[in-house]
Amino acid sequence: MSDLTQLGIAAIRDGVANGEFKAVEVAEAFNANVAAASSALNAFIVETPELAVQAAQAVDADRAAGKALGSMAGVPIGMKDLFCTNGTQTTAASQMLEGFTPTYESTVSANLWAAGAGMLGKLNLDQFAMGSSNETSYFGNVISPWKLDDGKDRAPGGSSGGSSAAISARLCPAATGTDTGGSIRQPAAFTGITGIKPTYGRCSRWGVVAFASSLDQAGPMAHDVRDCAIMLGAMAGYDPKDSTSLNLSVPNWEAALNSDLRGKKVGVPREYRMDGTDADILESWDRGIEWLKDAGAEIVEISLPHTKYALPAYYIIAPAEASSNLARYDGVRYGLRDLPDGAGLQDMYAATRAAGFGPEVKRRIMIGTYVLSAGFYDAYYTQAQKVRTLIARDFAEAFTQCDVILAPTTPTAAFPLGENSEDPLAMYLNDVFAVPASLAGLPAMSVPCGLNKDGLPLGLQIIGNQLDEQGVLNAGLAIEERAGFVAQPKKWW
Amino acid sequence: MSIDQATVKKIASLSRIAINDGEADAMVGELNGILKWVDQLGEVDVNGVEPMTAVIPNELRLRDDIIGEDPLTAGGRRDDILANAPAAEEGFFGVPKVIE
Repeated sequence: MSDLTQLGIAAIRDGVANGEFKAVEVAEAFNANVAAASSALNAFIVETPELAVQAAQAVDADRAAGKALGSMAGVPIGMKDLFCTNGTQTTAASQMLEGFTPTYESTVSANLWAAGAGMLGKLNLDQFAMGSSNETSYFGNVISPWKLDDGKDRAPGGSSGGSSAAISARLCPAATGTDTGGSIRQPAAFTGITGIKPTYGRCSRWGVVAFASSLDQAGPMAHDVRDCAIMLGAMAGYDPKDSTSLNLSVPNWEAALNSDLRGKKVGVPREYRMDGTDADILESWDRGIEWLKDAGAEIVEISLPHTKYALPAYYIIAPAEASSNLARYDGVRYGLRDLPDGAGLQDMYAATRAAGFGPEVKRRIMIGTYVLSAGFYDAYYTQAQKVRTLIARDFAEAFTQCDVILAPTTPTAAFPLGENSEDPLAMYLNDVFAVPASLAGLPAMSVPCGLNKDGLPLGLQIIGNQLDEQGVLNAGLAIEERAGFVAQPKKWW
Repeated sequence: MSIDQATVKKIASLSRIAINDGEADAMVGELNGILKWVDQLGEVDVNGVEPMTAVIPNELRLRDDIIGEDPLTAGGRRDDILANAPAAEEGFFGVPKVIE
């Protein structure tokens, strides 16, 4: 039999449904790949091969009994360790939550299990999803499977870097990601895979460890656009337990996939042509424009005048929300407790939080506390919230002239680990193209478009109007069909 | 607006994060660098612009005040809630002495 770990969601689902192979065989093939790569790539914090097999056995039994199978039936996936999973440790890659075993299941993961998926394990990430390179995890860096002849370890992107590395290295056919300021799209671009952040409110945030509540949104990461459409359909849906969940039905995105873009207008934002962007990235963008023209779309130049202010606004809003959300980690109800001799309650809080949070998390909590503090609230936080309104207005105006927007996903290809870790600002600039759509709550996806001259993957980003995941997926499919991206990292692990 | 070591210590205290002098010193430069960079937001004319509070138009829902309907909120989950507590005693969260 051919290598089952080369298959994506649609091929596994169809193969299991048609009886070409058993779901258990799929789970075991991926379990073997996970086990073989676990020390080299460090993509998993916890491996759960038995859960993958159990879910697969249930699917095989259902098929034998002639029962209807779910949209993800027989597909074993990786679960970003930001999603609470009942009975399996959930850490958000922090020491603070090491050993925390939820007694409940996040809505998104519950939806996926209900659709027939199984869990291969919990994937590594940047601590509390704060980072763009996976260098802030308490459990150590994830190493990208992509290596060049220089032999340097490269960043798999962040925060969903465990997810991107695992998919790219064929340890799982798909994985969950979360995107606060680009954390699905940037790692997808770095590792040559596909990922979509849906409209804010499409996927429930219930049971997802919170970073910045007005921005956090879960989404699928997979090999191709169709697989993303299938998995997003399984993840999304109204959840009465999340007050920001949109009470809308979930369209059948897979069934409506169509790469014929005749009659569609694609906006190209002139402000995204920034100084310092790699020549390779700009060339890939130009190729993307040609591909979408070839698919029948009309290209229109658009303006998003507040683009340059998106990143600084994000680095006020996200830390402000994080400082509030992370106040819950105080050593009382769950997680780490550091109780120095003779300490009182306040000392315990301070000691616990000093020990349990890594440097990047502390830095962001402190920035957030500062910008929310008396005397600075209006100058920083309110100002940033007003700029956010302007950024959202820019997009609303642009979508009167076009259907979707095409832009690069990242300003560079994957950088070597350690290159930016001493300079928080240089690291933050990685998300310059991704953050604006996050601030506006818009659906956006990254599709691999080729390799740069060094041989590292690059991604193109499609941004859509509110609730227009279909438009994003369709434009993504048009790019995918023309890019013909089939490159895989050379196996060294 | 420039941040000094005393300000860093005050922010750390408000954040309930213990910090020593060396860590505070290191953070002075980092926070100043980041805040100097975000200061460019001051250039933006925001006259008459409302601050964004919700990114997607969505009405805030409140849950019906019915006890015992929802299996997740119906109560009777004390052991689940205490399962991950670093110190639980007699069905309560244990904390160090608050009042001498």
